[in-house]
Amino acid sequence: MKFMRFISAGLGAAALALSAQAAGGAKHPHAPEGGWDFQGPLGELDMDSVQRGYQVYREVCASCHSMRLLHYRNLGEPGGPFYDPEYPNANDNPLVKAFAAQDEILSTEPNDVGDYDYRPARTSDPFKSPYPNEQAARAANGGAYPPDLSVITKARAGGASYIYSLLVGYPEEAAIATDTIETEGEDGETVTEQQTLIEVGEMAVFEHGDSHYEGELVQPVGQYYNPYFAGDTTPQWQGDPRHAPPGGFLAMPPQLTPGRVEYLDGTEATVSQMAEDVAAFLQWAGEPKQTQRKSTGLAAMIYLAILAVLLWFSFHRIWRKVDH
Amino acid sequence: MSGHPSTYEPKTGFTKWLDSRLPIVRLAYDSFVDFPTPKNLNYWYTFGGILAVCLMTQILTGVVLAMHYTPTVDGAFASVERIMRDVPFGWLIRYIHANGASMFFLAVYIHMFRGLYYGSYKAPREILWILGCVIFFLMMGTAFLGYVLPWGQMSYHGANVITGLIGALPVVGDSIKAWLMGGPSIGNQTIQRFFSLHYLLPFMIAGVVILHIWALHVPGNNNPTGVEARKDPEGLKKDTVPFHPYYTVKDAFAIVVFLLIFAAFVFYMPNVLGHADNYIEANPLVTPAHIVPEWYLLPFYAILRAITFDIGPIDAKLLGVIAMFGSIAILFVLPWLDTSKVKSMRYRPVARQFFFGFVVAGLLLGWCGASNPDDPIIPMGSDKLVVSYTDANGNEATQTYDEYEPAATFRDQKVEEGVDASIAVQKAPAFRFVHLAQILTLYYFAYFLVILPLLGLREKPKDEPTSIHKAVLGSHDRAAPAPAE
Amino acid sequence: MSEAQTTTHETIDEDRRDFIHIATAATAAAGAGALAYVFIDQMNAASDTKAASSLEVDISKVPLGGEIRVLIGGQPFFIRHRTEAEIRSAESVDVGSLRDPQTDDERLVPMQDGSLNRAILVTSGSCTHLGCVPVGPAQGNTGDYGGWYCPCHGSHYDTSGRIRKGPAPSNLPVPDYRYVSPTVINISL
Repeated sequence: MKFMRFISAGLGAAALALSAQAAGGAKHPHAPEGGWDFQGPLGELDMDSVQRGYQVYREVCASCHSMRLLHYRNLGEPGGPFYDPEYPNANDNPLVKAFAAQDEILSTEPNDVGDYDYRPARTSDPFKSPYPNEQAARAANGGAYPPDLSVITKARAGGASYIYSLLVGYPEEAAIATDTIETEGEDGETVTEQQTLIEVGEMAVFEHGDSHYEGELVQPVGQYYNPYFAGDTTPQWQGDPRHAPPGGFLAMPPQLTPGRVEYLDGTEATVSQMAEDVAAFLQWAGEPKQTQRKSTGLAAMIYLAILAVLLWFSFHRIWRKVDH
Repeated sequence: MSGHPSTYEPKTGFTKWLDSRLPIVRLAYDSFVDFPTPKNLNYWYTFGGILAVCLMTQILTGVVLAMHYTPTVDGAFASVERIMRDVPFGWLIRYIHANGASMFFLAVYIHMFRGLYYGSYKAPREILWILGCVIFFLMMGTAFLGYVLPWGQMSYHGANVITGLIGALPVVGDSIKAWLMGGPSIGNQTIQRFFSLHYLLPFMIAGVVILHIWALHVPGNNNPTGVEARKDPEGLKKDTVPFHPYYTVKDAFAIVVFLLIFAAFVFYMPNVLGHADNYIEANPLVTPAHIVPEWYLLPFYAILRAITFDIGPIDAKLLGVIAMFGSIAILFVLPWLDTSKVKSMRYRPVARQFFFGFVVAGLLLGWCGASNPDDPIIPMGSDKLVVSYTDANGNEATQTYDEYEPAATFRDQKVEEGVDASIAVQKAPAFRFVHLAQILTLYYFAYFLVILPLLGLREKPKDEPTSIHKAVLGSHDRAAPAPAE
Repeated sequence: MSEAQTTTHETIDEDRRDFIHIATAATAAAGAGALAYVFIDQMNAASDTKAASSLEVDISKVPLGGEIRVLIGGQPFFIRHRTEAEIRSAESVDVGSLRDPQTDDERLVPMQDGSLNRAILVTSGSCTHLGCVPVGPAQGNTGDYGGWYCPCHGSHYDTSGRIRKGPAPSNLPVPDYRYVSPTVINISL
């Protein structure tokens, strides 16, 4: 019987291991130094960080990425970054109202003559989308579609760590080289072409790795190498094809530069800080009820544990006179 | 619904009046209160009760979710997220429903393996076992339909793959597939009918569960010894205890422990059993890199993919479908495949080893189902580099290298000569997941078709105890009493 | 299980009264209650439903003697542009004789400068009897008192939206609204 017990435990463990598999060929994402505050059963979101993350989203990400499932009111609801116990109804929260009023959105209701007007957003409106539809988004981004960020932390293996790793994982300046190629054009003239090469071995993220990548990646025009982005680097790899570096190319150039955002609370806006904050914000946005989930969970677990103990005693009391 | 004489005695005027018109209290009393149950059932036998709780949980939460869900291509994904964000306690109900499916399958697999181990499918319980198989099959159908409803990437493309299986059937396959989807592709009409059927099937399961309990209560429970409880009043009293309170309290304890595990998933890792891609709204133009079903269907998915060869006129695709459905269908005839007269594997030491092998095979098949079939498990040798070029005579030629440097030098040299040359990787031979899956599939079928039929005729079982009562007393003779088995 | 061998079958009745069983049953019942709360609460208005509930209306578009009707969160509201005669008839009523006594002034909201715009009356559009939507000037029937008439069960409302005759128990409620400008009001739920 021991064996069957072992098996049933194994079944659960196997299921866990299987679902934890990383997406094909990308470097495993990692949390920022010191880990996340929201990790673990008792971990809670660092709301200061989530607030700063909202600022990063607004000032950096929102120009290309929509968050259609989020509403301004969500910011002030319990568990939200700007929740104020003085305003249990988020629609009354002046801060949230101000955030909403900053954006002009196209009304979903036609006006008296049947046209759609722009009006300041209200707390009940969804976050303003940068583009009216996918076609417009693609047209503005060289054919690539910036994904909606509403549930991005749930839609990527690694969650917030993936967002953080991706944002800080682009090659450093030192690892980027430019190469000029001269080819003969159709009319006999010499055509020069600039080519961006990534010296993968020079990247800090690979310093501690087991394998040293000797060779370089030829970065396609309008594409940017990132070791955390799921993809295949083999076609662009100039080096041993058996050891193509992990990662892929994405259409989003590196976004965060030191001081890109001036934090209202005075925190120094390093790349790592901004990446951590915006990842924390997206972690909250992916599941605004996660704080409630964990606190309810604690109560439920304690309750079930007490009930289990009581039932165990009840069970032994009832069975005490029976051989079995 | 029970095979033992009724002991219910209505006491008040109303219960007497009711009993002579609709003996529903008598039915409940005889089935769940005074029902004689072998006194030696261990915790593996509590999974029946756990499964009843699972079914009720799924139906209750499912009805609630249906109040808020929109079964349309444009609205499904957003309505699920609205449940997560705006509906009071919607997040809890949805996470219970989503993880409840996994818990349901976890429990049903343990329940089935318990039945396999203790020979619960043998006479006089063949119908009981077959009804269980029907429930299992309906559960898989319900789970598949339900997984489509959130309308994520895995929902859509998983549905595409599964309906594609039906398309593999010769002649009628494509028509059935189009009939099932309501068109040439999965669209609004598909999600609406899948929603309707997903709502219907659980009630069919509940119906079969009633038959399952009925079929259980005619012969009574099997037990770990596989020896039937005696029928004479004296023997019955020694071998059994009334279901209530003895097994109600034991089942309740097991259920609460199970709920603890359930709650740990719901509250602390609600998405760990799912796939991240299903939080991306379905996009028919982009298939995810790695399509996998939910974990509980992985072993069958592995069997499907293990068949990579044609046999005679049947091509690999159809053969895979046949093997997959065959692996479930074979369970239905199991009562007549196992030839042993002894039920419990406690007394069948040889069969027991094969049984454990079968459990391991099932787990490993799950691993194969989750992995890329072409990935190596045990590499034999290392990958080589092959430089292909055109030689002086204009023929295609190749040169193989172990190291990159000389290969690159050789290629560059050829390129400088004005010859097309390129490097490709030659994969080393390896023992791959597809090979493992093939071996395990073979074992899966051999277990039912060869091992159980032959072993029953050949093996020498150990002596069974003469009665449950004797077996229980015997266990107390041992020095260290085992805790509550 | 230590004393398991010592005794044989006995009646289990005494067990049932044991404290431990009562404690167990009570705990289980408490859990069932908590779970029931979850399942009941989920049918309450969701937060998006509660949030989408205000509307700005340009009252300069309402014709004199007529009304416009708007829906906010699925509920109908009337915005009526009253004539001088209608205002006079609303003000001349003996308030004490009404079923739901309210003066006309009490049923108006002051503009930003504090004065009352007596020409504009804003009321709920659901009859207080059973929730039908009364007919008004646009439908050619304003009832016996010149306001609205509910065709379902014959309630008559006057030009201030007060119940005057019929089964309805109270006046048409005045919603929560405010003047954003002299010609624009904002109605919220």
